[in-house]
Amino acid sequence: MLAGMTTNVVFGLLRVAILVAALRAANGEIADYDIAAANTYVWIGQGLLGFVLLWGTNELAERVRSGDVVVDLYRPWNLQGALLAEDVGRGGYALLTRLVPPMVFGMLLFPFQFPQNAVQWPLFGISALLALVISFGFRFLIDISSFWLLDNRGLYGFWNVSSGLLCGLTVPIAFFPGWARDVLWMTPFPAVLQAPIDVFLGHGDPWELLLLQAFWAVVMLGIGHVTLQRAMRKVVLQGG
Amino acid sequence: MIEVRELRREFKVATSKGLRRNYKTVTAVDGVTFDVAAGEAVGYVGPNGAGKSTTIKMLTGILVPTSGHLTVNGVDPSKQRRDLARRIGVVFGQRSQLWWDLPLKDSFDLLRSIYRVSAQDHRARLDECVELLGLQETLQIPVRQLSLGQRMRGEITAALLHAPELLVLDEPTIGLDLESKERLREFLADLNTRRGTTLLLTTHDLDDIERLCPRLMVIDHGRVLADGPLDELRAEVTPERELVIDLREPGPAPDVPGVTAVRSEAGGLRHHLTFRRAETTAAQLITQVVRQVEVHDLAVVEPEIDDVIRKLYQRQLDQDAHR
Repeated sequence: MLAGMTTNVVFGLLRVAILVAALRAANGEIADYDIAAANTYVWIGQGLLGFVLLWGTNELAERVRSGDVVVDLYRPWNLQGALLAEDVGRGGYALLTRLVPPMVFGMLLFPFQFPQNAVQWPLFGISALLALVISFGFRFLIDISSFWLLDNRGLYGFWNVSSGLLCGLTVPIAFFPGWARDVLWMTPFPAVLQAPIDVFLGHGDPWELLLLQAFWAVVMLGIGHVTLQRAMRKVVLQGG
Repeated sequence: MIEVRELRREFKVATSKGLRRNYKTVTAVDGVTFDVAAGEAVGYVGPNGAGKSTTIKMLTGILVPTSGHLTVNGVDPSKQRRDLARRIGVVFGQRSQLWWDLPLKDSFDLLRSIYRVSAQDHRARLDECVELLGLQETLQIPVRQLSLGQRMRGEITAALLHAPELLVLDEPTIGLDLESKERLREFLADLNTRRGTTLLLTTHDLDDIERLCPRLMVIDHGRVLADGPLDELRAEVTPERELVIDLREPGPAPDVPGVTAVRSEAGGLRHHLTFRRAETTAAQLITQVVRQVEVHDLAVVEPEIDDVIRKLYQRQLDQDAHR
């Protein structure tokens, strides 16, 4: 836990250094981001990363691969619902250990842009929770792709490499060229990371962002549900 | 309790040859029909790949049959999987349903919530299993640190906490030492006779069958080869029994009509004789033998259950060859 926090903060420092250097070179402001907003963006992003668990463990995929998933499948529960509940529980713990520490670190030691309106705090909370659900939706789909792929490590690796860029972790999505920005906002990716950060920073209408996230949360869970049903109908369960 | 009619399940298996990948269809279960009544204890045996586990996965609703009819507890497993899961227990000998990093007791608590068992019922059932299986010492230990024997007893407890009417066990004694096996068998036998829980178990350990299951089903290549009480199968497939006699003095084997001397050991001190149980009884034979030679000791040997099953496989192979 302590090691995780340290890594998280070190990467935060690196990202702040790069982003601030870029801002200085551009006379202190790029697309709505000044020095304080950029710092806030980085430290909230560092916190959300662990809270929404952008990069999961691929554990379920391994269970599909080994056949242990039969145990998960015969229980009298909805597997997707049970795993989501588990993930929300994990989020509760990650809130204290992963989300709050880097945010406090940034608030205390760096120029920080606090929400102008008090209502943005609870809205940020809801937005972060929705982001967690959408992130779960992605991870669940990647996991159960192993029912068909048998070995999903390629897809899993691809997600780990590309999700940071697509979700707005590498640079704010506002920094992208106009067409790329528009295309990305039509996908669920920004809803995982950029949306809660925007709610906190007051970029765009927070209610609109929440609505968009709620939409993607429902869609992602829906796709996951249908895919799991198909997996159970069609696909071989491994092992004797 | 279980009703199976002409049950089939096919799989596509990829076979690659160079860069080409072909799929061929393998029939894992090929027209299986059987019934299991409430309170029975049935052994389901067959070599690896015979279709045992596939059948069990269909019985529990996690695999959908390709064709055929199947009800367990009056419901279609794959359609009402969740309802069914609350009423049956399943133990996979090679998988674990316990939480690896949690103490055994925490796993049981989680299962209580998953199966929605009341706190009182849970308490009572857990206490009983803990007592009978001797789990007192292990409740607080994380599952990853339990021995295989302890873990299997934990797995069985986990499958029984919601008081299922049917307990399905897929190779429950695999990898266990003799004492752990015996303890488990004793517990399961008691569960079946005293509580009336229906048992269906697959195994490669035929002692499990001998000890637990009055009824035996033999399956191979997805088809049922034989189904009936162990004794009947034994009489049907191996009609011969063996009489072993130890003589006082070395000598030739006694010559009794209808009896074949198979071999002798210890320089003529011990003789193995086989006879058909349909033609003569052991008692008659012994009377005739003691008239001829002076016998020090004798024993009638039942055919080993392994032999019975090997002969069943052989019979099927012969039948296939004749077709």
